This record gives sequence, structure tokens and C-alpha cells, in this order.
Amino acid sequence: MQASHTAGDGARRAVPLAVAVGVFGVTFGVLAQAAGFGALAAIVFSATSFAGSAQFAAAGVVSAGGTVAAAIVAAVLLNARYLPIGMSVAPALHGRAPERLLRAQLVVDESWALSHLGGGRYDRRLLFGAGLAIYLAWVAGTTAGVLGGDLLGKPENLGLDAAFPALFLALLVGQIHDRRGATAAVLGALVALVFVPFVPAGLPIVAASFVCLLGLRR
Amino acid sequence: MSGPWVVVLAVGLATVAIKGAGPLLLGGRSLPPAVAGVVGLMAPALLAALVVVNAFTSGRHLVLDARAGGLGVAAVAIAARAPLLLVVAAAALTAALIRLAT
Repeated sequence: MQASHTAGDGARRAVPLAVAVGVFGVTFGVLAQAAGFGALAAIVFSATSFAGSAQFAAAGVVSAGGTVAAAIVAAVLLNARYLPIGMSVAPALHGRAPERLLRAQLVVDESWALSHLGGGRYDRRLLFGAGLAIYLAWVAGTTAGVLGGDLLGKPENLGLDAAFPALFLALLVGQIHDRRGATAAVLGALVALVFVPFVPAGLPIVAASFVCLLGLRR
Repeated sequence: MSGPWVVVLAVGLATVAIKGAGPLLLGGRSLPPAVAGVVGLMAPALLAALVVVNAFTSGRHLVLDARAGGLGVAAVAIAARAPLLLVVAAAALTAALIRLAT
């Protein structure tokens, strides 16, 4: 019989992750403002989407002069992984439909990993506690970045524009588990660079997503 | 409505739908293997594209500037298993120092 976990356990275990996510929230607040998002829009973005990499991607596309559509498509495609991730936690999320929908919003890479009991089973209370702690840190961080961003000065002077690729590289390394994933990464990078001179900003990233059709090959 | 607000609302709605779809509709049934294989490769392909586009492009031009130095240092830090925060801070610091020096 496995000891049962509480939401408090989840929140406590998530503290180091929440600190990191909070700092990213600050960075996102600063970068979103630099990209032309207003203060309120940046905060509402974090409160409603709660998907760091997709939000960074959307801000990155807008910042690079891309179209609204390209920013949306890039963000949605980056979030596509939450479809299978959502399915993986579905057995743990019993309850009524509105409750399942709400609890599912607290799933991010970090809370998902933390609530994994092993063997593909997930703990709903750990997920809830960890997800809530990380969510609050993300929104609070974004708010701090938006409000205090002026104190930091221009993001370029702090090298914050170099934080984007470094962040994505770190996330990328965590997503590559086999040769096929590595191949998709290399091809995705090549396709994007080939498209850059010929199409509007943002679309090279969308073009790179077609590389995932490699997954159809047995 | 301004562009950023359209992005915020559209991405917000899409994210709620994407995250909620599995728990709401499918009751824990798993993806067909072929579909799972495709979706599983989306993250590496897209993240790699985001790395190079954010590091090596400016508008429609391929460029090599301080961001490339930051990315190189980030790669070393990741290989050394540095914490995520350190990786990002090292990249930013490197780029800032390169800009100061040039």
C-alpha cells in the first residue's frame, strides 16, 4: 500500500521549481514588454495560458516582427505536447468535467514530472499542489517583471535576448530521449534556417514543425 | 483589438483546450501509436528551430552576433549539467559582456 500524498506535499516538493519558474516569469514579463505586450496583456497571458515555452515563443515571434497569426501558430504548436501529456494524467483526474478541465490547466512540464509516481501513474494531489505553487510563482514573477522591468534597463544590455535561445536549448535537451528525437531536432533547426530568408518571421518555426511527420515512419 | 491581445486571447483559449482535451474527453484512453509518434517529435523539432531562429537570425537575415556567444556558453553549461537558471544567466551575461567589449 503506497503512502498517500497531499497537495501540501506537492507544493513543498515544487518549491525549487517554483523559484526557477518565478525568475523565468520575471524574464518573461520583461521580454513581453520589450516585445510590445502591454503590462496587463503580459500578466493576463501568464494567468490564462500558463505555458512558459509557448509564451516565450509567441513573444519572440512578435518581437522579431512576425505576424499575429505566426505567433499564435508557433505557440499552439509548442503546446501540442500537452495533448499527450494531458492524456497521460487523465486517469488520475477523476471528478466532474469542469473540475477535470480546471485541474488539467495546472499541468506544465515541471508539475507533470513531479507528480509522476512511476510506471505512467500520476498523483492528482501532488499534481494539484505542485501545479498551483508553480502557477502562482509564474504569474507573480510575470507581474514583477512587468512592473519592475524598467529598473533593469534595456533587455539587450543585460543580454536577455540571448536568454531566449539558451532557455530553448535547455528545454530541447530535456526533450530528446532517443535518436529519432535528435534527428527531429537537427532537421527542425536546418529547415527553420533555410526558410528564414524567404518567409515572414515565425513561419520558419512553423515549417520546422512538419519535421515531426518523421514520427509516421515505423 | 491590438495584436498582442489577440495573441493572448487566442493562445489562452487554445492552451485551455489542448491541456483539457485529454482529461475532459478521452477518459484516459491512450493515443494511437502513429499519432503519438508524430506529436512526440514536435517538441524537439520546434524547440531546435526556436534555438537557431532566436540565436542566429534578425528579421529575414542570418546573423552571427553576441547571442551566438551566449548560446555557446549555454551549451557548455548544459553539458556540465548546470541548473537551468545558471545556464540562462551565463548566456545572458556572456552576450552582455561581448556587447560591452565590442
